[in-house]
Amino acid sequence: MSDLETRERIHPGTAPGEDIALEIIGDGDFDTAEMTLSIGPAHPATHGVLRIIMEMDGERIRDAHPVIGYMHRGFEKLAEHRDYRQIKALVNRHDWLSGFANELGVALAVEKMLEMEVPERAVWIRMLLAEWNRILNHLMFIGSYAIELGAITPMFYAFREREDIQYLLESATGGRLHFTYNQVGGIKVDLPKGFLQQSTDIAATIRKRLQDYKDLILGNEIFQARTVGVGALEREVALAYGVTGPTLHATGVAEDSRVTEPYLKYGEIDVTVPVGEHGDCYDRFYCLVHRIQASLDIIDQVHDAMPSGPVNQKLPKVVKAPEGWTYLRIENPLGQLGYYLESDGTKTPWRLKMRTPSFSNVAVIPHLLRGTLVPDAIAVLGSVFFVVGDVDR
Amino acid sequence: MSAVLSQLAVTPSILDIDNFWGAVGLKILLILPLFFVVPLVVGYMEHKVMAHQQDRLGPMEAGPHGTLQLVADGIKFIQKEDIIPRAADRWVFAMAPGVALVPAILIFFVLPVAPEVWAEDLELGLFYALGISSISVIGILMGGWASANKFSLFGGVRAAAQLIAYELPLILAAAAVAIQAESLSLVDIVNSQATFMLGNTEINLWFVFPQALGFALFYVASLAELSRPPFDMPIADSELVFGYMTEYSGIKFAMFLLTEYGGMVSMSALMTVLYLGGWQIVPGVPLPGCDGAGGIFDCGALGILIGGGVTLGKIFLLTFIMVWLRVTYPRLREDQLQKFSWTVMVPLALINIGVVAVGKVAF
Repeated sequence: MSDLETRERIHPGTAPGEDIALEIIGDGDFDTAEMTLSIGPAHPATHGVLRIIMEMDGERIRDAHPVIGYMHRGFEKLAEHRDYRQIKALVNRHDWLSGFANELGVALAVEKMLEMEVPERAVWIRMLLAEWNRILNHLMFIGSYAIELGAITPMFYAFREREDIQYLLESATGGRLHFTYNQVGGIKVDLPKGFLQQSTDIAATIRKRLQDYKDLILGNEIFQARTVGVGALEREVALAYGVTGPTLHATGVAEDSRVTEPYLKYGEIDVTVPVGEHGDCYDRFYCLVHRIQASLDIIDQVHDAMPSGPVNQKLPKVVKAPEGWTYLRIENPLGQLGYYLESDGTKTPWRLKMRTPSFSNVAVIPHLLRGTLVPDAIAVLGSVFFVVGDVDR
Repeated sequence: MSAVLSQLAVTPSILDIDNFWGAVGLKILLILPLFFVVPLVVGYMEHKVMAHQQDRLGPMEAGPHGTLQLVADGIKFIQKEDIIPRAADRWVFAMAPGVALVPAILIFFVLPVAPEVWAEDLELGLFYALGISSISVIGILMGGWASANKFSLFGGVRAAAQLIAYELPLILAAAAVAIQAESLSLVDIVNSQATFMLGNTEINLWFVFPQALGFALFYVASLAELSRPPFDMPIADSELVFGYMTEYSGIKFAMFLLTEYGGMVSMSALMTVLYLGGWQIVPGVPLPGCDGAGGIFDCGALGILIGGGVTLGKIFLLTFIMVWLRVTYPRLREDQLQKFSWTVMVPLALINIGVVAVGKVAF
């Protein structure tokens, strides 16, 4: 295509004598044409490579179609060719912000099939690290959501906190993002000396700094103007789409598998689930910030209850799950994470199906975007909380 | 021409020497460093202030404490490939940064920076400054349209809408100053602040005190006019990638950036002149060596240097607050911005004019 042709195609008005077929929408006061705007796959607001095709009337979105799959890496298929030791290094990569929760899910599923008892201390350590992982994840979303609304500072504050936590977790697991700490029957090694003290200190610091986030973001008038009443998700719609996690809690449903179907030792401690009222962006963000508070409470309880003893058990050289299937769901930082594991008795799973929270959350985006403005669309996109790797797998 | 104009001023500019071309050269020597160096300093300050408010260090490598970072950036911009999208309207695309940049330079010609140091003291100086600063948006609109990019188009249209909405409170706020000073000449406005007394007392005041509301309106409106956060919707990097600048690279991008920082400086300088008493250090205190009216004219070299320093200090203070706001606030939405302008700022600006006019007649 020549330069001239391209130009005429994009600026039809510049081609002299050419009839322009404009579709007139609205009440006909203005001659307007619909425009298709493709946000992503490389766009600052899509957290990776989600693409959203928007049909625009000026700045108003008439319809939106998310396009997923740009980051499909075939984890479910890859898992069929890895043994259970290797799978944990796969699953902590599909949602890279919740690595610990994901590997925990697989370990729990295999243990459930083997009907294996896990040492007490390992269970409590798993809970401790799972909650730290939740805080890591939520801090990331706090920072990125603020930056999407144009406030740049919370990102740096969030990363300051994340650095502390990652340093702490690195001292135990050796990893900052992909921990690879769980294994069937327990955890890899015991916590290093002084870990619990350090963990207590960091929890106290973050509890203190959490007030800054509330003042700087939740209490900010412009933030409220941008989020209150924007992108309200109705409870029925959320349930129909299978939306989970803070996005669901914001609509007033306190469905959290730590409470409704406790795993590990969550049944023995108090777990608060902050809920919203209207399901709008503000409530979603409110739930996110207050879930950090709830996680810190859990961490304090775990510190008090931490027993001593072994953290893993002697396993055969190759772990083989018995023939059969199981489904297990845990509360990933972003929502319900389900693993359907089917085994034919060999050392690799026959099928490992992942039910990831981000996938369901992205599905509800078109419903939320219809009729909103572009800036609101960004506010909505940031507040349904998804990780693109977790959508595409 | 310059002889006629200089009669209007309290004193003539020291740059108005007898040789015409010599005077022109001196004025250019005043304006260009003002336009190219002060924005760089402001840019460096923005880097550092943002960094420290966000618990980090900012640029540290280029020069001592990163002071040469923006020079290094400039060299980088010059070296980069100048990309023009295939579908772009080449001429308009290429001209847009210039159309945005040149008015930002021209505004400096009427700004008095120190006693007897200004390029031109126009009788309509305020009118000229506000008028010419609005031309930049045409460059932005040209860039937004000619890029053949939907994000750019959104950015350009938003910038135009924003300008229309915020030009009015800006002009209305400035009109109140003109009423109080009884002049549109910026030098006269500085002079009348040095001689403005509260009621019948001997207390000298700058216009920022009787017109605090007008100053706040002018400040907010100039933030919107400059597309500075929280009014940076035309750029909105999380929504529109980079708004009207999306397709620009290399030196053209740098020209847009320079327009923004130059605009910050010129708007701050304008506020300094209109509300903060120009180069006067504290209200009622004459500069050392000055014996002209109000103690701010007819100064020696020392007075001129101190006066220039005071002006620069006030400019840096105002730009510092702009940076502070950028660090603190999220971005408003375009319709909220429009609503805020037409329902809050314009009525307040009208009230401000009314109050100032009544006060002027009453006292």
